[in-house]
Amino acid sequence: MAKSLFIVIVGCGRLGSHLANGLSAQGHGVVVIDLRPEAFAALDAQFSGFKLVGDAVESEVLRQARLDQADLLLAVAEEDNVNLMVAQVGQKVFAVPRVMARVADPAREEAYRQFGIQTVCPTTLAGEALLATLGRSGEARR
Amino acid sequence: MKIIIIGGGRVVYFLAKLFISKGHRPVIVSQDPAECERLSREVKALVLCGDGSHPPVLEAAGAREAEAVLAITPRDQDNLVACQLAAKMFGVPRSLALVNDPDNLEVFRRLGVNVAFSTTHIMATLIEQQAGFDEIVNLMPLAQGKVTVSEVALRAGLPAVGRSLAELAMPPGSLIGSVIRGETVLVPRGPDRLAEGDRLIILTTPESYAPAMRCLLGDEA
Repeated sequence: MAKSLFIVIVGCGRLGSHLANGLSAQGHGVVVIDLRPEAFAALDAQFSGFKLVGDAVESEVLRQARLDQADLLLAVAEEDNVNLMVAQVGQKVFAVPRVMARVADPAREEAYRQFGIQTVCPTTLAGEALLATLGRSGEARR
Repeated sequence: MKIIIIGGGRVVYFLAKLFISKGHRPVIVSQDPAECERLSREVKALVLCGDGSHPPVLEAAGAREAEAVLAITPRDQDNLVACQLAAKMFGVPRSLALVNDPDNLEVFRRLGVNVAFSTTHIMATLIEQQAGFDEIVNLMPLAQGKVTVSEVALRAGLPAVGRSLAELAMPPGSLIGSVIRGETVLVPRGPDRLAEGDRLIILTTPESYAPAMRCLLGDEA
């Protein structure tokens, strides 16, 4: 990511705030949306982006975030269904070129990946990482 | 017809009862355990306690054989995902969703929900249309609001009373479908005259609604 991007992040929880801090520090323009104003406490003092309080499921809130101009949308709210809906609205209505959604439920993640939504499933990733560790150091005790 | 209803509240109970009385087989999916227990006692329908947007729950509700899914939770995101999964994963041919934010009506249609309806939108339209029209006794939006069926009672003194349909010249996009006169119902033609006490069943498009009402009721309307 050499040139500066305009990135909209939905959800300012642990993952959302981590991404917002990191991407802002790399010099990208960032807008973070969260329902709870207190969620923004997780942002660094150096965070130079915008904070928007609102429900991202409302199209009006996404318009306020200028999603129509975004290069990238990261849907990482707590609820899977919020992320799936926001990601599709971003892709189909606001024509955002790159969209990613976090989906914790592996069954839902699999389905939406097949429908053409780019998804990340922390449950599957953690499971694979743990199993891989097991595979490497999996010698049984005698 | 097997219909999966996803949601809570009394409306689910009344819908399920209505569907059963019409010979359909509803399956209810609700997140609230206490409500599920109550519903299972009240309605002769399969009641599942769970998240209707979780694929295994949909499958357990019989989504593979269902002919329609109706998602009416107060949360748009849950309604959308439930409808999409039912249609795409389980091949349910018809999906209907309640849209709480009227802005999302168009979004839902674009994202593949067959029928999206917004009670906010319907109520706002009803109130707007009814305001100032005491003669309009009933209104029903059809085809997602593209056609409205209205019932208008003609009292003495209104411009339409005593005139024939030909003289009235209702605006394009509107139609007097039938006239209820006492016990009889007639489908009026050009030369038929309207009388005091008639109840007219009128079809209008959103654009022709106001001109049609003015034509019948005069400028006071």
